[in-house]
Amino acid sequence: MAIWLTETSKILVQGITGSEGTKHTRRMVASGAQVVGGVNPRKAGTDVDGIPVYATVSEAMKETGADVSVLFVPPPFAKDAVVEAVDAQIPLAVVITEGIPVHDTASFFQYAENAGSTRIIGPNCPGLISPGKCNAGIIPADITQAGRIGLVSKSGTLTYQMMYELRDIGFSTAVGIGGDPVVGTTHIDCLEAFQADDETDAIVMIGEIGGDAEERAAAYIEDNVTKPVVGYVAGFTAPEGKTMGHAGAIVSGSSGTAAAKKAALEAVGVKVGKTPSETARLMRELMTSR
Amino acid sequence: MDLFEYQARDMFAAHGVPVLDAAVAETAEEARAAAERLGGGRVVVKAQVKTGGRGKAGGVKLADDPADAGAKAGQILGMDIKGHTVHRVMLAPAADIAEEYYFSILLDRANRTYLAMASREGGVEIETLAVEKPEALARVPIDALTGVDDAKAREIVAEGGFPDEIADQVVEVAQKLWDVFVQEDATLVEVNPLVKTGDGRVVALDGKITLDENADFRQQAHADLHDEHADDPLEAKAKAKNLNYVKLDGQVGIIGNGAGLVMSTLDVVAYAGEEFGGVKPANFLDIGGGASAEVMADGLDIILGDPAVRAVFVNVFGGITACDAVANGIVQALELIKSRGGDVSKPLVVRLDGNNAEEGRRILDDAEHDIVELVDTMDGAARRAAELAAAGV
Repeated sequence: MAIWLTETSKILVQGITGSEGTKHTRRMVASGAQVVGGVNPRKAGTDVDGIPVYATVSEAMKETGADVSVLFVPPPFAKDAVVEAVDAQIPLAVVITEGIPVHDTASFFQYAENAGSTRIIGPNCPGLISPGKCNAGIIPADITQAGRIGLVSKSGTLTYQMMYELRDIGFSTAVGIGGDPVVGTTHIDCLEAFQADDETDAIVMIGEIGGDAEERAAAYIEDNVTKPVVGYVAGFTAPEGKTMGHAGAIVSGSSGTAAAKKAALEAVGVKVGKTPSETARLMRELMTSR
Repeated sequence: MDLFEYQARDMFAAHGVPVLDAAVAETAEEARAAAERLGGGRVVVKAQVKTGGRGKAGGVKLADDPADAGAKAGQILGMDIKGHTVHRVMLAPAADIAEEYYFSILLDRANRTYLAMASREGGVEIETLAVEKPEALARVPIDALTGVDDAKAREIVAEGGFPDEIADQVVEVAQKLWDVFVQEDATLVEVNPLVKTGDGRVVALDGKITLDENADFRQQAHADLHDEHADDPLEAKAKAKNLNYVKLDGQVGIIGNGAGLVMSTLDVVAYAGEEFGGVKPANFLDIGGGASAEVMADGLDIILGDPAVRAVFVNVFGGITACDAVANGIVQALELIKSRGGDVSKPLVVRLDGNNAEEGRRILDDAEHDIVELVDTMDGAARRAAELAAAGV
């Protein structure tokens, strides 16, 4: 069943009428995903390529049966949009928006935790795809195919690179969890879901500098994950104190370094590639030797 | 963005956190006059640099009178502290310190909430305290939705073990620091030391604030806090073009799409460079997952304008924007830079992978730019770029 998405997932796009929202709605539709509606309170009653635009998330859910929302809402309005999705009890909210103040994210994450009915993926993420089933976000669908590898990554383009290099083997689900300091779904959440998913045989985990999510994931793998995991960490050459593109990608003092993350993963038996290509090769060897 | 101590002090003052009088000076003469304004008595002259260990480096000095303050400022200004040049000093009346404490509120990434840390043993580096006496450092989680109200502030003060006679004052300070944290969109508000003076007042003696740049759209006043000295000229130029650029100290210019891919590219170039006399990446530049032609032109312009760059590695994965569009972008970018009279003589190693990669490569081949060289794989292209950079002295 892959994770979090199925063939029958129905997608709603919050911010469908903006340029990014419209562009990626078309791409999702082209990849076979069921986009059933959009939300923009000022453009309710109109449509985008025949996809109806509703005033609110709850109205859109009632009319269409949507169970996933993908958000392209600009940073100043993103928090209210996520809160609205949580209030409507949508099971999955995928926040693509980059540049949301971290106070807003911490606040809507806590709000969703309290409500207990919505999983948030992102923000500042490419979303997730289960090739051949559903595509919720901006991950290009035509670079890979369905298969039995699960992938979790902080980075969008490294996700694409890995999906492309292993396109002949294919993926159950690839999740881009986002590069912000606070994200709704972590490496650990994805590892747990992939471990439980009977369509996933092995897992690629891509991390990068900043925070200690990879170290925590390593501890989780040791205790809970029996499926093979191959890892990659980006940012060995990143200088201390500089933000490298992603708001969360920063080495502070001696914490958050790539070397520490790689060491933590290797200590629990995860094979860590030195480059993305080597990582893909490690996974290929693993999948073809089975 | 980290603030200077004097900026943090001003921000504390604006939110009602008790601080000492202070003045900032950029010359010895200004420092003398400032000490005069502060009452003419003993003052502390402190280097304003965004790094720890100022005291040990000789960047904090006590001065007996205004003339001495001028002399001490003269010694400190221009100093290099861990690679940071001192452009300003802050002067404050010498405080009568009875006790030193520690207090901070920060974003707790791991738990996706906020954390207050407090200790009655302040004045030392908090990293040192956390390692050597972890039991002396209270850590109290703060709910992002309910924040630091009176009850939460009392909990932090109790956990931190602050003496009873100042508990009420620290409770008030804690709530005002929470105001700073929330209203200024900070990810760190730290007071070290928070002191009790000889006459029993609680004062924030030294502070550090880190602001979230993602909140700049609603924090217009923060633009004035930007440190113009800190900007590398290329970083400033990139910032003006809304590019995600960080200057590094190597020779291979890097452009890629997506932060993770670019970080990875730096690593792969550094590994490859080990074979070629330690050639290293010259910068981080992410032109975004979409990799449009205009942004490619702006990016190439910055990198080709860096005198340290001897070869450039353009590493693009064509996902959202397919490789043929990226290739057209590179060709247009080079024409554009040439037409502006820019330098297009440095070798450009291009690796295109992903959607329409072959078409993209054909476009670059047909353009017959003699500086452009195509390599199929990321590792191979990194190696070639390092080799060219090592040769291109």
